[in-house]
Amino acid sequence: MNPCYFEHDADIGIIGRGETLEQSFEAAAIAVFAIMTELESVQPNTEIAVEFEEADIELALVTWLNIVIAKAREFGMVFSRFNLHRDHDRWHGRILGEKWRDGLERGVEVKGATLTMLSVKQIETIWESRCVVDV
Amino acid sequence: MNSQQLQQLFPYLWTLPRKTGEQRAEVLLYGNQTLLESMDDKVMEQIANVAALPGLVGAAMTMPDAHWGYGFPIGGVAAFDAEQGGIISAGGVGFDISCGIRCLRSNLSLHDAEPFLHKLADKFFAHIPAGVGEEGKIHLNPHQLDEVLLGGAKWAVKQGYGNASDLEYIEENGCVAGSMPENVSELAKKRQHGEMGTLGSGNHYLEVQVVEHIYDDAVAQAFGLREGQLIISIHCGSRGLGHQIGTDYLVKLAKAANRLGIRLPDRELACAPIQSSEGQQYLGAMKAGINCALANRQILTHLTRETFTEIYPHALLETLFDISHNTCKEEMHSIDGKPRLLHVHRKGATRAFAPEHPKLPERYRTVGQPVIIGGSMGTGSYILAGSSTNQAFASTSHGAGRALSRTQALKRWTGRSLIDELQQQGILIRSRSMRGVAEEAPGAYKDVNLIAEVTEQAGLARRVAFLRPKVCIKG
Repeated sequence: MNPCYFEHDADIGIIGRGETLEQSFEAAAIAVFAIMTELESVQPNTEIAVEFEEADIELALVTWLNIVIAKAREFGMVFSRFNLHRDHDRWHGRILGEKWRDGLERGVEVKGATLTMLSVKQIETIWESRCVVDV
Repeated sequence: MNSQQLQQLFPYLWTLPRKTGEQRAEVLLYGNQTLLESMDDKVMEQIANVAALPGLVGAAMTMPDAHWGYGFPIGGVAAFDAEQGGIISAGGVGFDISCGIRCLRSNLSLHDAEPFLHKLADKFFAHIPAGVGEEGKIHLNPHQLDEVLLGGAKWAVKQGYGNASDLEYIEENGCVAGSMPENVSELAKKRQHGEMGTLGSGNHYLEVQVVEHIYDDAVAQAFGLREGQLIISIHCGSRGLGHQIGTDYLVKLAKAANRLGIRLPDRELACAPIQSSEGQQYLGAMKAGINCALANRQILTHLTRETFTEIYPHALLETLFDISHNTCKEEMHSIDGKPRLLHVHRKGATRAFAPEHPKLPERYRTVGQPVIIGGSMGTGSYILAGSSTNQAFASTSHGAGRALSRTQALKRWTGRSLIDELQQQGILIRSRSMRGVAEEAPGAYKDVNLIAEVTEQAGLARRVAFLRPKVCIKG
């Protein structure tokens, strides 16, 4: 699935779509990391587990994206695969990628997800999650 | 923005009249018709929302370079009184806490330095960590990082990064009091582990510039500027730590506002009364973020000097000034003739103290604070001076502001062709990210000359010098 974006004056709006809420969050994370590098070149050889608690699904999107961005910085990694599971207010994720290395395309660093233009909704059979990310 | 909705008060000052029943304070927009009409309608909506926040003193204002931000517009200024229930807002500070510019003046002229600029560009590119995926050489343990958050640039100088004389020319002498590292999350600290002494990405840069034109000889002399002189500007902030503080507290303050009955027209305006528990927690964390940014720019200053003197062994680089443009500062201002302690939010706006302000270093006391308006890598930047005509809580513009979105820029330019084009104009660009260069194309920014001119005509600050880029290291 190609990452999707929308316009913002200074930064970038990201869109994630999927058949489930969780899949739309995973697609949103792909849109974030596709700003930073060419994801096809990233080897998903290291897995990191993340979890958080959030009842509000819009805040959950921002929390999810900010956690994966923070983990990328903490471990000096770039991620290309995302799996997320929701159990009521608890969210459990697995993110896969590798350490930055020569040969990986350098795009633009995404510093975090914001509440601007934040929206998580179901449109007929598809879930769509969107927000502006700060670059 | 449709300027028909605005009312012109003075040639460069406009207001947004209140609609019937609208409960908010005054909104003031600095600019001329061209600049105001180039702004997104969201700027007007966002600043009107700010004007409705509790405890605002005077008007909510936008500077001539304003554009659409997060809750607050970028280029937004708003002052709040804690004693009157005034709030502090994470959106009013911004995510990159204390992002700003360190400006260094050299003793070299372009004429002498020009034959070695290619070599300098390559050295900077090799030695200054910049861009996504790059780490710095300084890795601090949690205790050391807490010392950074308490000590700011003073900590950095103590570790041997730069000189004690630098501190005199940094806001708050390089260290803001009241920092509370314990209010900064572990995640924020972990994000900073490899990021001390890094430039970052996006619109951050390290530029070698030449003073091309002097507007005010007397002030330029006080600032130590002369035509043909090489200047270095470093634009960056508090990196991952600052952003994580902003992220953490955005959600906390949004929940606090809800609990305390503060109506937020936009969740990104998340705020809490300054005197509330959440407000005090954020204030302490935000000050830690400021100190992180001041230390980061001090380390980068040191790396810049090391690199510069490898190419030019007799070069001296003195700090002209270090100024932040994403902050909330506690400042005394005269309101109706009485001094009041205010929390002045400047989101994408630069502090600009007028001559005789007691916080100015002796050298600049009679001419006003140096102000830096950073432009794009192909156009130039301005140094201005604080002015006694400023009525905007000593605030002024900070940059050119984007004219095109990043997506639009990517459709119009490629990084490689821009680098070649700029090299033909005598500007050397070094970057690992061709996408980043394209997004930062000079044509994607507004006319910095117009911003600086209008800033002066509006009485916000006086132009002192124009700087033309010669080398630009982009993240």
